[in-house]
Amino acid sequence: MALLQITSPHLRGKNRTASVMQWVLLATLPGFVALTWFFGWGVLINVVWASLLALVSEAAIVKLRKRPVMFYLGDYSAVVTAVLLGLALPPFAPWWVTMVGILFAIVISKQLYGGLGSNPFNPAMVGYALLLVSFPVEMTTHWATPSSLTELPDFLSTLQYIFGGGNLNIDGVTMATPLDTYKHQIDVLTREEVSQLPIFGQHVALGWEWVNLGFLAGGLLLIWRKIITWHIPLSMLAALAVCSLVLGWDPDRYTPVSIHLLSGATMLGAFFIATDPVTAATSRLGKLYYGAGIGILIYIIRTWGSYPDAVAFSVLLMNFAAPFLDYYTKPRTYGHRKAHRGIKKSD
Amino acid sequence: MSVVIIAVLALLALAITFGAILGFASVRFKVEGNPLVDQIDGILPQTQCGQCGYPGCRPYAEAIAGGDAINKCPPGGESTIAALADLLDVDPMPLDEEHGVSQGKRVAFIREDECIGCTKCIQACPVDAILGAAKQMHTVIVDECTGCDLCVDPCPVDCIDMIPVGQTIRDWSWDKPGSKPIDSRQIIATDLQAESNDQEAA
Amino acid sequence: MRQIWDFHGGIHPPENKHQSTRQAIKNAGIPQYLFLPLSQHIGQPAVPVVEIGQRVRKGEMVAEAIGPVSVPVHAPTSGTVIAIEDHQVPHPSGLTDSCIVIETDGLDEWTELTPCEDYEELSSSDILHRVRQAGIAGLGGAGFPTAIKLHPPRNDKVNALILNAAECEPYITADDMLMRERASEVIGGLEIMASILQPEECLIGIEDNKPEAIAALREAARETQIEVVVIPTKYPSGGEKQLIRILTGLEVPQGHIPADIGVMCQNVGTSAAVYRAIRYGEPLISRITTVTGDAVAHPGNFDTLIGTRMSHLLTQAGFNADKASRVLMGGPMMGFALLSTDIPIVKTTNCLLAATDLEFPQPQPEQPCIRCGMCAEACPAELLPQQLFWFAKAQEFEKAEMYNLFDCIECGACSYVCPSSIPLVQYYRYSKNQVRTTKLEQEKSDKARERFEFRQSRLQREQEEKEAKRKARAEAAAKAQAARAAEAEAAVDPKKAAVAEAVKRAQAKREQASAPLADLTELESNVQKAKDKLAKVEASLQQAEADQSDMTDKLRNAVAKNRDRLEFAEKALADARKQSSDSDNTGTNTPPQDTEQLQRSIKRQEDKVATLKNAIEEALKSDPDRAAQLQPSLDKSLAKLAELKSALGTNSSDQSENNTPAPDPEQLQVQVDKARDKLLMMQGMLDEARQESPSDDAKVTKLTRAVEKNQERLTAAEKALTDAQQQATPVAPKISAEELETLRTNIDKARDKLSMMQGMLDEAQTESPEDEAKIAKLTRAVEKNLERVNAAETAYQEAGGEIRDPVSQS
Repeated sequence: MALLQITSPHLRGKNRTASVMQWVLLATLPGFVALTWFFGWGVLINVVWASLLALVSEAAIVKLRKRPVMFYLGDYSAVVTAVLLGLALPPFAPWWVTMVGILFAIVISKQLYGGLGSNPFNPAMVGYALLLVSFPVEMTTHWATPSSLTELPDFLSTLQYIFGGGNLNIDGVTMATPLDTYKHQIDVLTREEVSQLPIFGQHVALGWEWVNLGFLAGGLLLIWRKIITWHIPLSMLAALAVCSLVLGWDPDRYTPVSIHLLSGATMLGAFFIATDPVTAATSRLGKLYYGAGIGILIYIIRTWGSYPDAVAFSVLLMNFAAPFLDYYTKPRTYGHRKAHRGIKKSD
Repeated sequence: MSVVIIAVLALLALAITFGAILGFASVRFKVEGNPLVDQIDGILPQTQCGQCGYPGCRPYAEAIAGGDAINKCPPGGESTIAALADLLDVDPMPLDEEHGVSQGKRVAFIREDECIGCTKCIQACPVDAILGAAKQMHTVIVDECTGCDLCVDPCPVDCIDMIPVGQTIRDWSWDKPGSKPIDSRQIIATDLQAESNDQEAA
Repeated sequence: MRQIWDFHGGIHPPENKHQSTRQAIKNAGIPQYLFLPLSQHIGQPAVPVVEIGQRVRKGEMVAEAIGPVSVPVHAPTSGTVIAIEDHQVPHPSGLTDSCIVIETDGLDEWTELTPCEDYEELSSSDILHRVRQAGIAGLGGAGFPTAIKLHPPRNDKVNALILNAAECEPYITADDMLMRERASEVIGGLEIMASILQPEECLIGIEDNKPEAIAALREAARETQIEVVVIPTKYPSGGEKQLIRILTGLEVPQGHIPADIGVMCQNVGTSAAVYRAIRYGEPLISRITTVTGDAVAHPGNFDTLIGTRMSHLLTQAGFNADKASRVLMGGPMMGFALLSTDIPIVKTTNCLLAATDLEFPQPQPEQPCIRCGMCAEACPAELLPQQLFWFAKAQEFEKAEMYNLFDCIECGACSYVCPSSIPLVQYYRYSKNQVRTTKLEQEKSDKARERFEFRQSRLQREQEEKEAKRKARAEAAAKAQAARAAEAEAAVDPKKAAVAEAVKRAQAKREQASAPLADLTELESNVQKAKDKLAKVEASLQQAEADQSDMTDKLRNAVAKNRDRLEFAEKALADARKQSSDSDNTGTNTPPQDTEQLQRSIKRQEDKVATLKNAIEEALKSDPDRAAQLQPSLDKSLAKLAELKSALGTNSSDQSENNTPAPDPEQLQVQVDKARDKLLMMQGMLDEARQESPSDDAKVTKLTRAVEKNQERLTAAEKALTDAQQQATPVAPKISAEELETLRTNIDKARDKLSMMQGMLDEAQTESPEDEAKIAKLTRAVEKNLERVNAAETAYQEAGGEIRDPVSQS
């Protein structure tokens, strides 16, 4: 009747890791739909292909480690990594680019460090950074033209192209991203001329603005469900905005803040990537510093670095700093006068 | 070419400077004595049993500081070996069985009916945990006994037993989670699968 | 509206209190047996004051308190004490503890009580004494002796006296029902306690899910200064530290008690018990216990006698054992699972939860921590539970302590919210215990070290005193001797005086030998001198070899001789050192002198050797590396065995002698050779004398005697050698290459000399055959040298060298 080693508490709350992950997947839907609408079937194909590979490779590694496979796959963490990576990649990226990225992310950056919870770096971003550095051409020239500007290929043609067949003329359906365009064109054109470019559309950035708003909506859903807290997204966006307003206030020389916030992977990064609990800082104050650090780094790399979008690198750099932040932002425990800083014993 | 010479000279200057600093520091901040021996002695369990081959824990500590193996102490067991390995930055080794096996905590007990009052065990006890005098009854002070069993051999009438110390309600505690399965339906999904496997019989 | 604060974190589990509040408190009745554990409180267990077979009445003290932090135990009803034995007590381990067992007689006869109508007539110390004698401990769950709590250290001023009516844990309604039905007793108790402590304000903190209790309390406290403060329902607001923060905004500093900040917290049940103790003189013999859960048909609250077995209570509530998957004592958040229902109710049992599988499902397997931080959000002590978890898992308990592990109140909120189903509280309990155990063990080993070192110094002191006494005695004896010798010299034979002198010298030498510490420096300088001389001779040898001069042979001899001398000096030094260190370590290191003991040690060692040999054989079959590992252990054990055996041999043969080293076959061999040489020389001289001067009788006789003596010496030496060789260890001493080389040179030398002698003999034989004396001498010389060569060759062969064409065979 009574069991020996059960300890209190005997009640458990409703939270489950699997449900946390499922909510995250649900929250990516608005942005996902916007991406597919504006940039074609490539995004969907990439996400599905990446998810398949992620599940297979994780199952293989878990089997090698002699663990129960379904138990480890059942927490949906591999799927989340795959979806995030798939969303971040260019829609026309070839199949092998996605494969290399996701395999590296799951096998090396996650499982080899000990599996879920033990990886120091965000796996999706590790994969993305690897691809950006190793295959710069595929990663920078395969961004799709927004669908309102041109006729994007249908599902089958996209599938064929991605998997290395078909006879799609890629040059007709790709163009540079808004961030990339603004950064390079502002050197030669004036601000008015640049904003007339078709990529920027009516508002801020054609297609991209809706994608980012979609991800913003998803992120707010996660905050409402208490899956993530507001600290990291707010501090990251605020830091990015402040940097842009203070340092890049002149739109004749620097990208304006609206483009920073509403194009590229900003919102995806703020709500889904930077908030990855395993690799972020844990205390509230730490999260604020972490988010702010990411925002500042994004601005710096975008403006003065040679990459148009900098979310991956910024997140990885702040992952380095997360343990340090944890040591120096411990909350004050009840009954102690002030919080303990650092790693040495205070007495 | 001059660039190379400048580079070499710069490195040379740096090396000389840092070497001088290090040399000065090694003389100015030299620590007298060998605090390492005290630290090692602090880790050893102080049973003074001699099973390691040295007459007490301090001589063994000095030997370890001089380079001897760290796996000779059965009363200390694996935890002591691990702590010593940590302190000395060497690899932990399994206990050297030649010096004895690691048993649970035990204390000596003198069967008073048979004690003849010869004081041989009192002379043998390294921590003076036996109370008694010549021709008087001898008894073991349980709180001070370290379980080294050096008193068992000298006793001419073999009246000393080593009794294992059991667990009472006062010193019981929870096990580390995952080290015992809760019941047979449990999937053991932790890294301690090996430990749980040999608890399955329990 | 009084201001209240909030504490960080907290959770809102489903309350499930409605099941047990539908009916009034029922009386659980008198069971047949009562089991009273002697330790139902924090502090020293009580000690029985009754005997087996004694009849006790209701309220009679059956065990008294020992020491200040202790409470007595009383008989809850009248009956007979039938046993004082170990019995299972409520504890997560399921282990047993001492209990007094009473068989009830159903009469419920009270003992004499000392009620008091008006508590204000009693002094504070009187009230405290009555509270202690009534056996009242904290009924909220901790069981701290109330009398101690009501007497703050250093008489700190108490600003706020708080009654903890929160009852935040789900399922438990004992305090709720108590307040609904006996609010006057609760308020009465609070007034009594206030009269002792004289606080500035009295507060009752109660959660807002108990409206009836709030009303009852407000009604009972209408004419007092007591304020009933309603706080929002959150778990764990009933925790002492959390409640204090809510009601006063103050935090209890780490390592301190609430009295240090002028606050005191008591449970409502304790308060009611204090009232009954002072007003009616009744000791604490019963309490209200909630019995609830889906596995009981009629959940409710029962006024239960302490010591009632839980099975009795559960039956009354309609327990269905088949449905129950676990029975908890306490609530679902902090209670522990029971192993059987034969366990008695104690003073701190506030609830029995018989739960089905559906209610409390089996714990899920532990998944990896995703560092989501929900546990830190929920922790009322504002800790970082996931960090503590990582440290506990990695056994880094020092770091866990640094992260304030001991501030954890084990409320279980973190485990409740964890999405990975990690049993966090178990990790913390385990870590806390490890830290405590390590500290205890460290203290114990420090104490053992102190005792050991003291013992060492004591033995050394005794040894030094003995030495000093012995020296004093020896000096006195020597002086006496000298006086007597001087007398003797003046009176008698110079020879006798010489003998006396010699005896005195011998005695002095013996004293010197037994005072080992004095001569270490001398021996060390000897060693140094020998080393220097050896170096010098070796240098000249090298020089000579380079120059190819014919001094090389002589120098080689000299080198060998000096080496021997150095060895001898070093050996003497080592012996002296060993002697002095032996005198320091008497009692711990000296190998046992007793023969029986030696034999026992030998037997043990032999067993060890046998086991090791077996292990090696087995290992050779399966794991040759292990065999190689074990081999040196075997060698060491064999060497030890041999040592013991030789010690045994020495002990049994000459127990009176003092530290004589075991007879060394090599030395004996040298002695034999010397004896033999001397004999031959003497023999030669004798023959010479006989031939050349046969008339000199005296000389001849002297020489004959000398020859005989040498013969005897030779036989004795040979015998000693054979004895030593028989006793010697089976392990042959290793011959170094150097020694081998020396032996080889010996052979060569001997051979050279032999051939030289042979040549001279031939010469003499051919050239001057008539010179018989010369020829005889030379023949003898040749024989001698032949023998020498033989000896050298045998020695060399024994040492392991090979000889191509041994002379002995030609």
